[in-house]
Amino acid sequence: MGNLLEVEKLKVSFRSHGGEVQAVRGVSFHIEHGEVLAVVGESGCGKSVTAQAIMKLLPKRGCSIKEGSIVFEGNDLLKLSANKMKRLKGSQISMVFQDPMTSLNPTMKIGHQIAEGIIKHKGLDKRKAKGRALELLKMVGIPNPEARYDQYPHELSGGMRQRVLIAVALACDPKLLIADEPTTALDVTIQAQILDLMKDLQQKLGTSIMLITHDLGVVAEMAQKVIVMYAGIVVESGTAEDILEHPKHPYTLGLLNSLPNYETAEKERLIPIEGTPPDLYAPPAGCPFAARCNYAMEICVQEMPESFETENGHHSRCWLNDPRAPKVAEFAAAGRDGT
Amino acid sequence: MYIVKRLLTMLLTIWVITTLTFVVMHAIPGDPFASDSDVLPEEVLNNMRAKFNLDQPLPVQYVLYLKNLASFDLGPSIESETRDVNTLIAEGLPASALLGFQALVIAIVFGMALGIIASLFHNRTIDYGAMAVAILGISIPSFILAPLLIKFFAVKWGMLPVASWGTWQHTILPSVALAAGPLAIIARFTRSSMLEVLKQNYMKTADAKGLGTAGIIVKHGIRNAVIPVISFMGPLVAHLLTGTFVIEKIFAIPGLGKYFVDSIFNRDYPVILGTTIFFSVVLIVTLFLIDLSYRLIDPRIKLTSRGD
Repeated sequence: MGNLLEVEKLKVSFRSHGGEVQAVRGVSFHIEHGEVLAVVGESGCGKSVTAQAIMKLLPKRGCSIKEGSIVFEGNDLLKLSANKMKRLKGSQISMVFQDPMTSLNPTMKIGHQIAEGIIKHKGLDKRKAKGRALELLKMVGIPNPEARYDQYPHELSGGMRQRVLIAVALACDPKLLIADEPTTALDVTIQAQILDLMKDLQQKLGTSIMLITHDLGVVAEMAQKVIVMYAGIVVESGTAEDILEHPKHPYTLGLLNSLPNYETAEKERLIPIEGTPPDLYAPPAGCPFAARCNYAMEICVQEMPESFETENGHHSRCWLNDPRAPKVAEFAAAGRDGT
Repeated sequence: MYIVKRLLTMLLTIWVITTLTFVVMHAIPGDPFASDSDVLPEEVLNNMRAKFNLDQPLPVQYVLYLKNLASFDLGPSIESETRDVNTLIAEGLPASALLGFQALVIAIVFGMALGIIASLFHNRTIDYGAMAVAILGISIPSFILAPLLIKFFAVKWGMLPVASWGTWQHTILPSVALAAGPLAIIARFTRSSMLEVLKQNYMKTADAKGLGTAGIIVKHGIRNAVIPVISFMGPLVAHLLTGTFVIEKIFAIPGLGKYFVDSIFNRDYPVILGTTIFFSVVLIVTLFLIDLSYRLIDPRIKLTSRGD
């Protein structure tokens, strides 16, 4: 089976008063049928912009897709007409947003907000669409769907609203669901519920998911594959196991090190990655992480590393993976142990 | 409960307005017969004053007036010998209300359309053009616009009657002249409110559902953008429906507008009170209806009888 989605060398820029911000600088990845791909990275690394480029949700003015292709089931979405794209959106590809509190229309009944996509894409009449919407509400675990159908968003809690938004996204059985930090705005217990729900539905429906997150715990829970983004590029990609257990990029390592460790009883300070990401008005010529990297070498600031395949399917854009590079042990010996 | 409390408040408001108007009105120097005092003998004047109870002490007049008001009688007009205030309003209102209603429809339909279009083309030529039109609408006074309309549409091109009242064609120019200002204000309100709505996350959700652009604007945009526009509608509706002095004067329309102004010059006490009370009632009722409509438009708004 071919890939459901293939993104190749995607470049997205925003024009602003200060110049041009290169938010996404040549991102490539693919998602297979039924696969969960996690996109990880800190705020501003370009993960949401990538997602919105796929959905064509980027602002029409001041934002341009410079290069690249987004191929969904053999069609390049960037070349698709606006009308065909509208037909795809919400039916084949759909999206769950970060903030459930503001992502539902406050003046429309939630049932109707689910049903309108069904009416649009499946051509069902109102009554049948309502039936389907009630099914969906039940599926996403909303008790008493008939009563909830006629309620407005403000009558629902944040977790409930995110369930509704998931129902909206799944209304037309999409092949790809893009979830842009779906749990970030929720409190921790609700986060777990929403993740369980998404995992459950993914297994039941076989929907592919592009899961954008900065929570590596979420990655471990849900994803088969991971791409790690930094300053608009993919710095590391591979299976979730490879990335979480054997990170080959110092940035990924830094992310993992900065996680709190629940297993040790002692109180430990979290280990942050020092510094801030580079300015994307004028991105550095070399590796964008070099300035914050404990292992940085001379070449790192001069030349952008290529993507090295370290194991089967595990890629890392770091000069350390070049056969000529010194081993990490040598850094440790020199007093730069990376933590 | 809310409605009962609200109605009581409305009655109280009208009583306060009546009292204040009564006091202020009598504080103005002169009386209805001041201009006749050098031509008519004192006895005649006194007789006339007695006819309208003006010889009584003010508190007595006040109580008498309130008594009549309670039975919806606004009293006689001093200036007009044959018609009382109720008749004046009944005769003037239809023309004024018709004009006002038409102007309101024009202002709302075109104002909102202009505002929405401007917001969709934010910071582009169409937006600038629409807002330039809006600024013109706000800044050109109706007494300039009306003669201009007459000059071109009636005199030069002969498409519409110049003035006076008769067929529906007679209502077009005054309605347009009356609508221009409110139209411009509604356009600006709608634009800024719509710009705010377009930035909202739920508009992105609607877009992600693959709905048509027009559907997104109509179903998700306008309803959310309309609340600030409606807030402005209360005083506007009341002003338009009860007639305006300038437009009715220019187009020689037998409306209500002229009584608001003439009555003050004539010290026609019952007409001053009557028109003021009538306007207040229309305003208060409109505001009440608008408050009710908030509830229909935005389900998050709850009407409670408490102030919070």
